[in-house]
Amino acid sequence: MSENKPLVAVNNIEVIYDHVILVLRGVSLEVPEGGIVALLGANGAGKTTTLKAVSKLLQSERGEVTKGQIEFKGQDTKSLVPNQMVSRGLIQVMEGRHCFEHLSIEENLLTGAYTNKGGRQKIRDQLELVYSYFPGLKERRSSLAGYISGGEQQMTAIGRALMATPSLILLDEPSMGLAPQLVEEIFEIVKRLNTEEGVSFLLAEQNVTMALRYADYGYILENGRVVMDGEAATLADNEDVKEFYLGLGGGERRSYRDVKHYRRRKRWLA
Amino acid sequence: MDVVFFFEVLISGMLSGVMYSLVALGFVLIYKASGVFNFAQGAMVLLAALTFVRFLEMGLPIWLALSLTLLVMVVLAVLIEKLVLSHLVNQPLIILFMATIGLNFFLEGLAQGVWDSQVHGLDLGIEDVPLAAVEEVTGMFISVFDVVAAVIAGSLVLVLSIVFHKTKVGRALRAVSDDHQAAMSVGIPLDRLWAIVWAIAGVVALVAGALWGQRLGVQFSLSIIALKALPVLILGGFNSILGAIVAGLLIGSGEKLAEVFLGPYVGGGIEAFFPYVLAMLILFIRPEGLFGDKIIERV
Ligand SMILES: Nc1ncnc2c1ncn2[C@@H]1O[C@H](COP(=O)(O)OP(=O)(O)O)[C@@H](O)[C@H]1O
Ligand SMILES: [Mg+2]
Repeated sequence: MSENKPLVAVNNIEVIYDHVILVLRGVSLEVPEGGIVALLGANGAGKTTTLKAVSKLLQSERGEVTKGQIEFKGQDTKSLVPNQMVSRGLIQVMEGRHCFEHLSIEENLLTGAYTNKGGRQKIRDQLELVYSYFPGLKERRSSLAGYISGGEQQMTAIGRALMATPSLILLDEPSMGLAPQLVEEIFEIVKRLNTEEGVSFLLAEQNVTMALRYADYGYILENGRVVMDGEAATLADNEDVKEFYLGLGGGERRSYRDVKHYRRRKRWLA
Repeated sequence: MDVVFFFEVLISGMLSGVMYSLVALGFVLIYKASGVFNFAQGAMVLLAALTFVRFLEMGLPIWLALSLTLLVMVVLAVLIEKLVLSHLVNQPLIILFMATIGLNFFLEGLAQGVWDSQVHGLDLGIEDVPLAAVEEVTGMFISVFDVVAAVIAGSLVLVLSIVFHKTKVGRALRAVSDDHQAAMSVGIPLDRLWAIVWAIAGVVALVAGALWGQRLGVQFSLSIIALKALPVLILGGFNSILGAIVAGLLIGSGEKLAEVFLGPYVGGGIEAFFPYVLAMLILFIRPEGLFGDKIIERV
């Protein structure tokens, strides 16, 4: 993908939950410095698990990377814990947003600066930067996060991650449960953060249309395996992707859908 | 009805309620940060008081005995985190609760094993006599000790509120109590915060233990005053510092008033169960307690 060393390199990992449930069966992917990479796939494909393996949050879910390795900035991350990943510049925004409900928006943002060793002024500056991307949050800074809208919560969660001054944000299903207009607004901000602040993104999404519009590169995950990857534009043009993920299948094909589905799947997995 | 007498009962009830609040506070802190009901809080009160009184009996000056006991409680917190809690991360809360039951017996044993199981008098130099000035002006008997205890408890709560609401660690603690996983995801080190909160609970246990110790003598039964904190917790809300205080005052004054003014009609002994009745009524009306964090439900 790029000549430089990638920011994150996931190398053929296998993940097992509770010692028995095999969920990822050899996933490899890369996020280049400055890239937006989409991790696509249906519900249950293993997107969240992949992100949590990278951010180390898996440890707290009785999940374990049993094979393969994950490098961040060229370093093996095997022995690291989540707060060490955050101090090194990698942070995850969890699916479902997970704001601290009984903390105000501003307090939520400030918790993101826990590992930020820059001192008071640096943290204030960072807060202003976050507010400049999310002016709506500044207006409602003292509202409890439990009472704000889903869109505001998603913005709060992204802003909170930004407070750690990350070089890579793992963003899990930012579009979930949000109106299309709002989704677009959030993706626009992601794009701006990428170009203006140089933050890289690994984006897990079921909303393939939207994700491929903003990402440079994409991986498609099925049943814990990467079945296809490529430049975003190439993927968006691919017939299989169009049919199964973008919902653009032709009318007459519909009746054969299941048959074709099966055949195509076979081809992908081969 | 004698108004002076009424107020005397009310005020001394409230002041003794502060003592319940102090014990409840220890529970609240740990519950807030980890969602765990720490069954061992009573044992921590006992251990702290016993350690303190034995250091005093060795002839150490009070400030040194106090500092050493604080140190013991902090070290204990770190050990509990490292040896017990860290191995139980992500286990269901009931498992953590069971672990604190085990811890309770362990600490009770430890306290009496290292020290002994005698009753020790503890003299903090605060007299349990009526405040002369108040008596002169109003005719009420209000104990000096109660007033001092209330002032100490009040200051402790003030300091804790400032820590929880104005500091980075306090904010992180509240974040942890809202959502462990999210706290972890933003880089808050749970292990360190748990050690911190157990240490704070240990300090609170020491204050409670010292004050109760002076009143009742330092002995095994200190471990059981934890039961007195239960209705306070239910009434105030398990995760509210303010709730622990207000509920302590309510229950303290409520039980004394009930005993004095209703007792004669029903044959007395109300004091013993009144708090539980009050707590149960509150459970019906407001399950999260008077000041507990509202359970935020989204549609
Ligand atoms: N904590 C867990 N324990 C056991 N199985 C899990 C756990 N989390 C996810 N899984 C399983 O792993 C598979 C992949 O889940 P996930 O990574 O959440 O997929 P996605 O994010 O793509 O929807 C699913 O079959 C899911 O049931
Ligand atoms: Mg998911």
